[in-house]
Amino acid sequence: MHAIQRSAVVAPVAREKKALVTISSLEKRYRSRDRADVHALCDINLAIEDGSFVTIVGPSGCGKSTLLRILAGILARSSGSVRMGQTEIDGPSRQVGVVFQSPVLLPWRTVVDNVMVPSEVQRLDLGAARKRARELLALVGLADFEDRYPGELSGGMQQRVGICRALVHQPSVLLMDEPFGALDAMTRETMNVELLRIWREQNITIILVTHSIPEAIFLADRVVVMTPRPGRVAEVVDVHLPRPRTLAMFNTPDFGRYVTTIRRHFGSVGTE
Amino acid sequence: MSVLSSVSVRRPSRLDRAKAQVGWLSALLLLVILVVWEAAVRMLDIPAIVLPTPIAVFEALGEGLGTGSYLPHIAVTFTEIICGFLAGAGLGIALGILIGQSLFLERLLYPYVVAFQTVPKVAIAPIIVIWFGYGLSSKVIITAAIAFFPLLANTIVGLRSAPTEQIDMLRAHTATEWQIFRMSRLPQALPFIFVGLDVAIVLSVIGAIVGEFVGAKEGLGFLILQKNFNFDMAGVFAILLVLSLIGVGLHLLMTTIQRRVLFWANSNQIHVTGL
Ligand SMILES: Nc1ncnc2c1ncn2[C@@H]1O[C@H](COP(=O)(O)OP(=O)(O)O)[C@@H](O)[C@H]1O
Ligand SMILES: [Mg+2]
Repeated sequence: MHAIQRSAVVAPVAREKKALVTISSLEKRYRSRDRADVHALCDINLAIEDGSFVTIVGPSGCGKSTLLRILAGILARSSGSVRMGQTEIDGPSRQVGVVFQSPVLLPWRTVVDNVMVPSEVQRLDLGAARKRARELLALVGLADFEDRYPGELSGGMQQRVGICRALVHQPSVLLMDEPFGALDAMTRETMNVELLRIWREQNITIILVTHSIPEAIFLADRVVVMTPRPGRVAEVVDVHLPRPRTLAMFNTPDFGRYVTTIRRHFGSVGTE
Repeated sequence: MSVLSSVSVRRPSRLDRAKAQVGWLSALLLLVILVVWEAAVRMLDIPAIVLPTPIAVFEALGEGLGTGSYLPHIAVTFTEIICGFLAGAGLGIALGILIGQSLFLERLLYPYVVAFQTVPKVAIAPIIVIWFGYGLSSKVIITAAIAFFPLLANTIVGLRSAPTEQIDMLRAHTATEWQIFRMSRLPQALPFIFVGLDVAIVLSVIGAIVGEFVGAKEGLGFLILQKNFNFDMAGVFAILLVLSLIGVGLHLLMTTIQRRVLFWANSNQIHVTGL
């Protein structure tokens, strides 16, 4: 469709590995009858490599959720193209798992039955799905809570269940919209470390939205920095911190330099 | 692995104990009222055809139940209540689900439903009796007409109450509209539907009696009219007692079912009643 115009944004590394998700000239305007249109996304171009961890950071209202919802296929774009592999995304895909800011668990289902939801929806082999759901719950330390109801779990535990649910059908892409935004700082840091472990073990591509600059750097291979509305890609920062990442890295000079680089874009406003 | 987070468990609270105490107080209040009533009737020499004493009422009740003379009437009225309730509630839920599917259908049908609801059912009861006769079916129809609306209104509101995030989550994982309905909208609507059921079951008792008042040859409503005609006030009060026991019993049954089905629902959630 459209050629990628802002090639500066697409770093050369993108061509070495296979691009899994390709976004070109993506525009989104929210139309409304009684108010002026909202120009939410403006000329977004991105190539996201297979198996990479990409974070999207930007101030509130810059269109991060909009972008993620378009990638999830639950929001129509105004123009441009979003491809997964070779196919255009025109609706929800079985290849995708989604985690929202709140856990969105179904309170009448047990933890393990909540994790099973995507497998049920996609009519996969339920025996195998249950086994996988159990494995995933064990992976996040919730093996003993399989048969509890969500109301009996803390916020952090519920969000872990939400992550397991997004992985149960073995998607190739995990989309996360400020998944840890509602958690306290301590839980949030542990969840970050846990998420990196899951990413390594599950061999999956993760696109995670956050408004925390340190979180974005800590997790990512590449940080996509967005401008305030209308959301554009201001810069794509490759993070060369060694893996596996540890919480101690937050205090290294290298880490600080990444923070400074990204914070530049927000001036005095900042994001957090 | 860091599962430091605590698990919250519900235990009997001070509130529960306070509730139990109020229960006792409430029973005591009833006793006081009965004693004052009995004493007032005796001392003021109120004639029995105006106001019977509680003791006379209990005697009449004992006799009616003891000789089995109430039983066929109780059976008739109970059948009318249950059949009317099931028909009205079933219809209300079904139409609610239909209307809940789209705003278009709601705009198309809802004005007529509201118009129907504003017509007092007591006023159409005579017509129903003329159309459907003095038997069971006219009472069932009147009862159903009264039980219908609370379920319709609550079903529609309930189906709309599913959080958009829940629907987005299901949709993003490729759920179809039917799967979204089954996995999210319907269970979300259940607490609302149960409020409607509870309101409707109590209204059904009224519906059956209204029907019998207009024209019947049996049933508790018919019995009330008959005893009224014979100036048997104690008998009338005894049957009112039976009716209210039926109502309370059905209400308790409904709340018990509700607590079982909605074990996951927060009891302090607020629901509309649709009245
Ligand atoms: N459904 C909608 N209709 C109109 N405007 C919307 C809608 N959703 C989001 N917006 C607007 O689009 C902009 C981007 O929103 P969003 O993607 O939620 O931002 P972020 O997630 O970065 O905070 C905001 O200005 C928001 O007000
Ligand atoms: Mg957002």
